[in-house]
Amino acid sequence: MTSQTQILQKEPAPPITALTAASHNGTLRIMIKPSKSKSKSGKSAADAAASVQAAPPISSALSLVANPHGSAFPRATGCKLNLDWFESIQVNATAAETRAATLTTRRTVKKEYQAAWLVRALQCVDLTTLAGDDTPGRVHRLAAKARRPLREDIVAALGLAETPPKVGAVCVYPTMVGPAVRALQGSGIPVASVATGFPTGLTPLPQRLAEIKYAVDMGAGEIDIVINRAHVFSQDWSALYDETCAMREACGAAHMKAILATGDLKTLRNVYKASMVAMMGGADFIKTSTGKEDVNATLPVSLIMLRALRDFGDYTGQMIGFKPAGGLRTAKDALNWLILMKEELGLRWMQPDLFRIGASTMLSDIERQLEHYVTGRYAATTHHALA
Amino acid sequence: MPTVKEILSTMDYGPAPESDTHVKAWLDQHADGFRHFIGGAFVPSSDGTVFEVFNPARDTLLAKVATGTGQDIDAAVRAARAAFPAWSASPGHVRARYLYALARQIQKRERFLAVLETLDNGKSIRETRDIDVPLVARHFYHHAGWAQLLDSEFPGHTALGVCGQIIPWNFPLLMLAWKIAPALAAGNTVVLKPAEFTPLTALAFAEICSEIGLPRGVVNIVSGDGATGAALVEHPEVNKIAFTGSTEVGRIIRKATAGSGKKLSLELGGKSPFIIFEDADLDAAVEGVVDAIWFNQGQVCCAGSRLLVQEGVRDRFLMKLRRRMDTLRVGDPLDKSVDMGAIVAPVQLERIRALVEQGVSEGGTLWQSAGHLPAKGSFFPPSIFIDVEPAATVCEVEIFGPVAVMMSFRTPDEAVQLANHSRYGLAATIWLENINRALETAAKLKAGVIWINSTNLFDAGAAFGGYRESGFGREGGREGLIEYLAPAFLKPSASGAPAFKRAASAPVVPTPVATAFQAGEPHIDRTAKLYIGGKQTRPDSGYSYAVHGTKGETIGLAGLGSRKDIRNAVEAAAKASAWSSASAHNRAQVLYYIAENFAARAPEFKARLQALGHSQAEANAEVETAVRRMFFYAGYADKYDGRVHATKARHLTVALHEAFGVVGIVCPEASPLLAFVSLVMPAIAMGNRVVVVPSTLCPLLATDFYQILDTSDVPGGVVNIVTGERAELSKTLADHDEVAALWFAGPQAEVEAAERSSAGNLKYVWAIPGETMDWGADEAGQGVTYLRQATQIKTIWVPYGE
Repeated sequence: MTSQTQILQKEPAPPITALTAASHNGTLRIMIKPSKSKSKSGKSAADAAASVQAAPPISSALSLVANPHGSAFPRATGCKLNLDWFESIQVNATAAETRAATLTTRRTVKKEYQAAWLVRALQCVDLTTLAGDDTPGRVHRLAAKARRPLREDIVAALGLAETPPKVGAVCVYPTMVGPAVRALQGSGIPVASVATGFPTGLTPLPQRLAEIKYAVDMGAGEIDIVINRAHVFSQDWSALYDETCAMREACGAAHMKAILATGDLKTLRNVYKASMVAMMGGADFIKTSTGKEDVNATLPVSLIMLRALRDFGDYTGQMIGFKPAGGLRTAKDALNWLILMKEELGLRWMQPDLFRIGASTMLSDIERQLEHYVTGRYAATTHHALA
Repeated sequence: MPTVKEILSTMDYGPAPESDTHVKAWLDQHADGFRHFIGGAFVPSSDGTVFEVFNPARDTLLAKVATGTGQDIDAAVRAARAAFPAWSASPGHVRARYLYALARQIQKRERFLAVLETLDNGKSIRETRDIDVPLVARHFYHHAGWAQLLDSEFPGHTALGVCGQIIPWNFPLLMLAWKIAPALAAGNTVVLKPAEFTPLTALAFAEICSEIGLPRGVVNIVSGDGATGAALVEHPEVNKIAFTGSTEVGRIIRKATAGSGKKLSLELGGKSPFIIFEDADLDAAVEGVVDAIWFNQGQVCCAGSRLLVQEGVRDRFLMKLRRRMDTLRVGDPLDKSVDMGAIVAPVQLERIRALVEQGVSEGGTLWQSAGHLPAKGSFFPPSIFIDVEPAATVCEVEIFGPVAVMMSFRTPDEAVQLANHSRYGLAATIWLENINRALETAAKLKAGVIWINSTNLFDAGAAFGGYRESGFGREGGREGLIEYLAPAFLKPSASGAPAFKRAASAPVVPTPVATAFQAGEPHIDRTAKLYIGGKQTRPDSGYSYAVHGTKGETIGLAGLGSRKDIRNAVEAAAKASAWSSASAHNRAQVLYYIAENFAARAPEFKARLQALGHSQAEANAEVETAVRRMFFYAGYADKYDGRVHATKARHLTVALHEAFGVVGIVCPEASPLLAFVSLVMPAIAMGNRVVVVPSTLCPLLATDFYQILDTSDVPGGVVNIVTGERAELSKTLADHDEVAALWFAGPQAEVEAAERSSAGNLKYVWAIPGETMDWGADEAGQGVTYLRQATQIKTIWVPYGE
């Protein structure tokens, strides 16, 4: 195992620079959206953003993640498979449950703070539709909601008229990427696509990689891959690592979110190990669930993934994002997860370049809560636009 | 007020204050001062004096409260005494209804009590709301059950009478519940004195007692300071004192109650180890530290304040811990997002500061969390000393504040050694994922409560209390309830007379002794020796003394033991620790073997008894009883086992019955054979090693017995016998810090000296009316009570789940 002193001597994570309200406009996000022009120009938009921002010198092999909400940071590259970092990891399930259960009794946000936190949650939402009956029309409606998730009078009352909030991304199946990209043209909102035999990941690898390439070619800026759970059950970490590396390569400039399907993995030790291997394999984000497992995102599982993410940061200096998905439905859930992010990772991880919430119905509850904050009256769902 | 836009860039939590409107209104109603609750009425202090109570978080005056005088205490004790007959005689079901009503009424006032406690004590509303008050309600529910079940679960036991209870300021209402609920369930009446810093929730509780119509005088609450408490401790009409507080005051109480016949339970200080092995879930252990030493500002007697971290993970653990420290929020305890509130009072804050300064000046490296503290109020940041040696003051002294010390260890053995190297023994925490090592470590730790992969867990159904100078007696569950009951035979009878005929007491004088010449062939001289470490040894003094028969004739000589013999005997007993870890079956076999060999030599013992004045029938009966009793305890050796308590879901909560270790036994003059057997057998059956001071006047039955021990595979050092002058020997035993418990069955007049001396290491003393009780009767001379007195409870919490 790497000696402890080495860990302690690691460079600290990049400092958080002061945030400005103007940075909330999300325009930089467009720049990292990979497009077909990338292959033509031979230079990624993210690289361009890096050079513009005159960031501290970093390895030329790294690209910078342009961030509309905070400082840019080098995009995660993964690393070689280091079994020493996780094979003997211990995760105490009851202690994790206790921590998760008391996190939300130790912290709360009220009034204008709650309103602001809910706006932030909304900015982190990957507005999702992943159903068998999805159609271009359905996706179009979702995109409209993504552009304007809050009614204008509420936005104005919150004092955000100049920088109206938008969701983090719209998340769809690969065949819906095209319609989604078109519907979101000019919005600055990236399209995320699930891929790799979602939700089970059990199609042959060449097909899974081809699916990624298809989605990227159609304009997806983010790819939510699923891992092959069998590799976890057999503890075949090199197989899982190799597949993840191949997927990352297939993603190219598109960001890769690795879905662990934690509900299938069952034990928190498995969750930790799979998180580590996914990050070593180059995941930009680690994500809990497809939304199709029996149990989706829970606070204890999220806690363990965040600890893995933090440990990975200690070892490599790389910054990885986190996305809980499935099971988050209410505004209260959103606040709970934001509290988790703040407590475990800090302010920097409360921004959409490092935190996303995969949800479909949460938005309407957030909207209702914000209307209540603004008007003092309880809201009806029918008063808000359908997603 | 910041705008939403501004907050979006800071993502601060912002203020989230709990409202104190209702509590303020209640305090306003009592603006003219709170009164004592005596005999169902709210009455002022007899001399009209009051003291002021402050909110430590804001340095503001909260209330004026009556100062209890000796006269107030006397009135309260009399009210409790007057209420006792009816209350103790009322059916368990009736008492259960009252306790249930208290539980329900507390639940209906949950938020009120939580806010009041936070204002008074300074602890965070998160803790009072989620921990203190729910545990209080749970305690009354649990004991409503005990009241109902008392007759069937504790046959042959009766209530003690009036209980004086003195509680600390760190968990004011919870400690009140821990004291009052079991006392009432068992049929006692109480006089409770809340802490001077934090009397308000007790006074709110008094109103609840009044509201539910609790009979007058069953609960009396007298507020006040140390002098008020002293008056309660010294009151002759009080039958039991239950105290939670500092070891220093515990010692004073031990001395003050010596010889008074008051039953005593003490829950005192600690410096509890918190051990992190290299295979621990380090992130979970970090959260454990937060809940151990930064819970209630570290003002917790069982706080895990000595962190012991295995060397291989030390640096990584420290990095994680330091990072976590910086996210702790210290501030207004009424704020729902605050982790740590205020220290209870400026004087406590000063004490913590002084100890921390001393720690720094002694070379410790101090880390403190980065968050800022409020300008006003008694606040102290979460702190930890790293790289401190066991000899440092901060490693030995209970700081009673949010300050941990950290040391590293190399091997599991070293961890146990460091952990046990303390005068205290309240609690211990272990973090690791290996069940074998977890249970092995739990078994080796000298502490009354052990948490595995968890910390500071409490439940009404699980016993809490310490080993060593952390006190004795337990609170919670079955083990706590019995502290408020007595078996009938231990109630001293007024008409008690010595049960055994013997010569008028003769002075113990060193030989030579003039004895009449005897005709005929001379006897072969047979001089009894002491029995130490499995060997017959001459007394260190080199003297023997004459033992007389009923007519005053010399029937033999016994060794005149001294301080040094006691020292040697205790040393031998301490070394014989393998006996305590031997299997119960193994001990049972040895006890059966003792019975077998004793029975084979019965005629000899009968003859000796007859020489001491027994009739033949009496001698036969006594020897037969002794054999039966040996079988009784041999039978129980592997059956007086612990319990598994139903506490929280998915928590295995195990109460082990552990031997004390070295137990001193002082025998009465009465029934010199049977008392000896009745005391030694249960003590060793449970795994103790004993140092026995037999009857001074008739020691030969005990010294005859060592030949039985020699032939019965009793390992050397398990039973040590030192004959001589009881008063001197028992004083040395009571003084000895290596002796963990003392059973004193000698004359009542000598109890006081023994109990007073025991204050040194706060060893548990069981005073038995040995001179007046009928040792031959099984209901007095034998029973589970002896086994209970031979053991202490170790509660081990093992959460499980995957």
